[in-house]
Amino acid sequence: MDTVMKDRGGPAQPLLLARDLRKHFPIPGGLLGRATRVVRAVDDLSLSVEKGETLGVVGESGCGKSTVARLLMRLLKPDRGTMVLDGDPVDEPHGITVNELRRQVQMVFQDSYASLNPRLTIVETLAFAPKAHGLPAAEARARSRDLLAKVGLDPNSFADRYPHELSGGQRQRVNIARALALRPRLVILDEAVSALDKSVEAQVLNMLVDLKNEFGLTYVFISHDLNVVQYLSDRVMVMYLGKIVEIGSVDAIYGDPQHPYTQALLSARPSMDPRKRTREAPIQGDPPNPIDPPSGCRFRTRCPFAEDVCAKAEPLLNASGAQEVACHMRIRGSGHTKAP
Amino acid sequence: MAIQSPSLDLGAGAAVCATPAAHARGYWQQVARRLRRDPVTLVCAAILLLIVASALAAPWLGLADPYKTSMIRRLYPIGSPNFLLGTDELGRDMFARLIYGGRLSLFMGVTPVALALLIGGTLGITAGFLGGRVNMAIMRVMDVFYAFPSVLLAISLSGAMGAGAENTLLALTIVFIPPICRVSESVTTQVRGFDFVDAARASGAGTLTIVRVHVLGNVLGPILVYATSLISVAIILAAGLSFLGLGVKPPEPEWGLMLNTLRQAIYVNPVLAALPGVMIFITSICFNLMSDGLRAAMDVKA
Amino acid sequence: MLLYALRRLIYLVPVAFGVSLLVFALVHLAPGDPISAIVPPDAPKEVVDKLKEYYGFDKPLPVQYGRWLLVTLSGDFGTSIGTGRPVAQEVGSAFGNTIILAIAACLVAFSLAIVLGTAAAYAKSRVVDRLVTSIALVGVSVPHFWLAIVLVIIFSVELGWLPPMGLGPENATGWRLDWPHIRHMILPTIALSVIPLGVMTRTVRSTIKEILSMEFVTALQAKGMNDRQILFHVLKNAAPVCLAVMGLQAGNLIGGSILIETVFAWPGTGFLLNSAIFRRDLPILQGTTLVLAFFFMMLNLTVDVIQTFVDPRIKRG
Repeated sequence: MDTVMKDRGGPAQPLLLARDLRKHFPIPGGLLGRATRVVRAVDDLSLSVEKGETLGVVGESGCGKSTVARLLMRLLKPDRGTMVLDGDPVDEPHGITVNELRRQVQMVFQDSYASLNPRLTIVETLAFAPKAHGLPAAEARARSRDLLAKVGLDPNSFADRYPHELSGGQRQRVNIARALALRPRLVILDEAVSALDKSVEAQVLNMLVDLKNEFGLTYVFISHDLNVVQYLSDRVMVMYLGKIVEIGSVDAIYGDPQHPYTQALLSARPSMDPRKRTREAPIQGDPPNPIDPPSGCRFRTRCPFAEDVCAKAEPLLNASGAQEVACHMRIRGSGHTKAP
Repeated sequence: MAIQSPSLDLGAGAAVCATPAAHARGYWQQVARRLRRDPVTLVCAAILLLIVASALAAPWLGLADPYKTSMIRRLYPIGSPNFLLGTDELGRDMFARLIYGGRLSLFMGVTPVALALLIGGTLGITAGFLGGRVNMAIMRVMDVFYAFPSVLLAISLSGAMGAGAENTLLALTIVFIPPICRVSESVTTQVRGFDFVDAARASGAGTLTIVRVHVLGNVLGPILVYATSLISVAIILAAGLSFLGLGVKPPEPEWGLMLNTLRQAIYVNPVLAALPGVMIFITSICFNLMSDGLRAAMDVKA
Repeated sequence: MLLYALRRLIYLVPVAFGVSLLVFALVHLAPGDPISAIVPPDAPKEVVDKLKEYYGFDKPLPVQYGRWLLVTLSGDFGTSIGTGRPVAQEVGSAFGNTIILAIAACLVAFSLAIVLGTAAAYAKSRVVDRLVTSIALVGVSVPHFWLAIVLVIIFSVELGWLPPMGLGPENATGWRLDWPHIRHMILPTIALSVIPLGVMTRTVRSTIKEILSMEFVTALQAKGMNDRQILFHVLKNAAPVCLAVMGLQAGNLIGGSILIETVFAWPGTGFLLNSAIFRRDLPILQGTTLVLAFFFMMLNLTVDVIQTFVDPRIKRG
């Protein structure tokens, strides 16, 4: 178990490919308690994660970001869709098992407190996964202490403490160390720094960059904080109600956003420049209910440019500029008056 | 534009985090320390210990024979020479019978809860952790038992099976399985929802390992506290069944049964007739207070 | 709301089925066969077989269950082996007496518990809080059948103020609302109300204490509301939890009054059950248990539905 997973398909082969992932959560209702309606948390979503990159995932709360994270880790079983890890199909006859996937893909959760077992000391928490994979207890503890040092916590003073004796930032460092304990190739960071104070957040972000270089990691970085995503990511994926609306390089997305939703998100973020003060909210209201998403383009109910075609047909991801966008305004001949 | 404070680096962060640790203290050590500082719980524990120890050691305490009847010295009042607490309706020494009575009374109260804890706890944790259909199946069966008021269920079961200590034990165990199962299920479901269980699943550990390391440690405490709060109910209920004649059979000394047989004496020696109930009362109040103390001691927030 | 009630009712069907199975099984938990209890041991075999056939005990178990269920569903609970009267009749009159006692005990316990619990939660002085908590502790710890005996010893044997047993004056038939009958009720009511009093006082106290520590109470104070107006808000918030516990306690009171009814010879379901057990009158045992369990289920359902009605946070169905 101790060998670091070798790269198999070469740098050009994506580390993780997911195709048509779907997860609908049934809502019990009706007279006999049968599920009559579903929450469409993730709807036919495809993505690829390249080796060594950081893929940022942004979107409002409730857009399915966390569900994507849990699907990629197989903490949730997708209703449909396939996943391929470096050429190996996951959970299929000739592929790798879910457990093997989990060895190579790890995750850091948002709630630093809930993600640590309050009854275990830090070193016990860190040693759990290596021990579960057959590493002798003494070795697992030694590795855990090394990891603690790697995430900037002195093993001598932290190893035998309990989670409640740590600050939020320290706990999140432990969570990161735990994710690294199995020497994974891909780490999914689900709002991993969102709950931290700004100054602590910056420390942890910098540490993440260092760890990535040291261990040759690939990140999927999920956050609602556009600035943080911009700082860390190579590519960015924008989600809206369980769908990707725009995906591309960080420069393209931040420099030339094509989808009205991305544009709205970016113009809504606070600016340090007083001359660029936002005068009015770019999008009104809350996102529609994912139980009953709008027909056609899901953003149309809040989109200032919505036309008839947006209600009729669902826009598919389509190359536009340097990125891919799911918007009728960017699809040639879609019928939208602003279409090229 | 990059993030707002890009100048911070890892070194600074590490320095901030390297605060010297206070001596790490485990959860159970904290609970024990709190318990040691709770006089009410300590006194209750001492009283219970005295009752249990004297009940267990009864044959070696030089007490009168609790079975030896005498037609001539029936219902002696409390404080009679040689009979500290008088004699019962068949002339047996009350003090000896009260001490000996603790054996069966405590056994009949504690055993069903312990058995129910084992069975109901296992079922509840299984239902809570596995969820889905297993949960449905287990909890629906429990709902059937929940449709009966507990006293009714105990009496109907032991009434149908007939009197006797074994049947009472069985009936009481059945009565206490559903509530313990329900509490275990709900705490386990709660714990299962925490991210650390997901993190453990993500590490690829087996279900049994996850339950052992991550679930049990967090659910056993609350389940245990709940079970201790049932002991007092169980003791009263067991005594009640014996009082009705459904439990232990005469001439065994048992507090509930003694209350029953002494009822005919309430016109002759009322205080004597009430004595076994005082024992039940003291035991039950001590168990309740201890359970409260344990609950408070285990409610360690952060 | 209505849909929720309906769904809960449908959900009760499988539970009710399980309950009926359990009640049916009661007979077969019994040692020996149910007939041996009513015939002398030296009865000729033909008589025993005839009786078995008459009561249907000669058929295989599933058939017996099916027959029993059908007959029971049609409202026929069988005939008492002991008295030969219809079980429904016996249980019916006893049930009425149990309900009377339970209502009295509920009234005493719940009103006292609300007052005591609220007082303790509001109490500035530790003495009041301690006193109420102690009363509650005694309530949940005291063996109530023993308390019943102690009450009889004090008020009937020693003081001679109140009658020690029975429903009313000896020659009276049935219960009536007059002083001689109420005199007979006082002691059983007190004995029966101690447990719910203890449980409810604890519940009311802890619920109100928790609500008082919430920020909306501070906000109400800051708005300049006086204590009485705030109390209204607090009680409104405490109602759902207390109501749920009350329902459970009321149900337990009805199902659990057997010990008290036995001590006071109060002719209710508990008394009936007790005598049925000792006469090995299994149809009565079954009938009483079934009626009480169904009453308990319906009571829980009602409380549940009322609770969703009172508590806007619970939106079900």
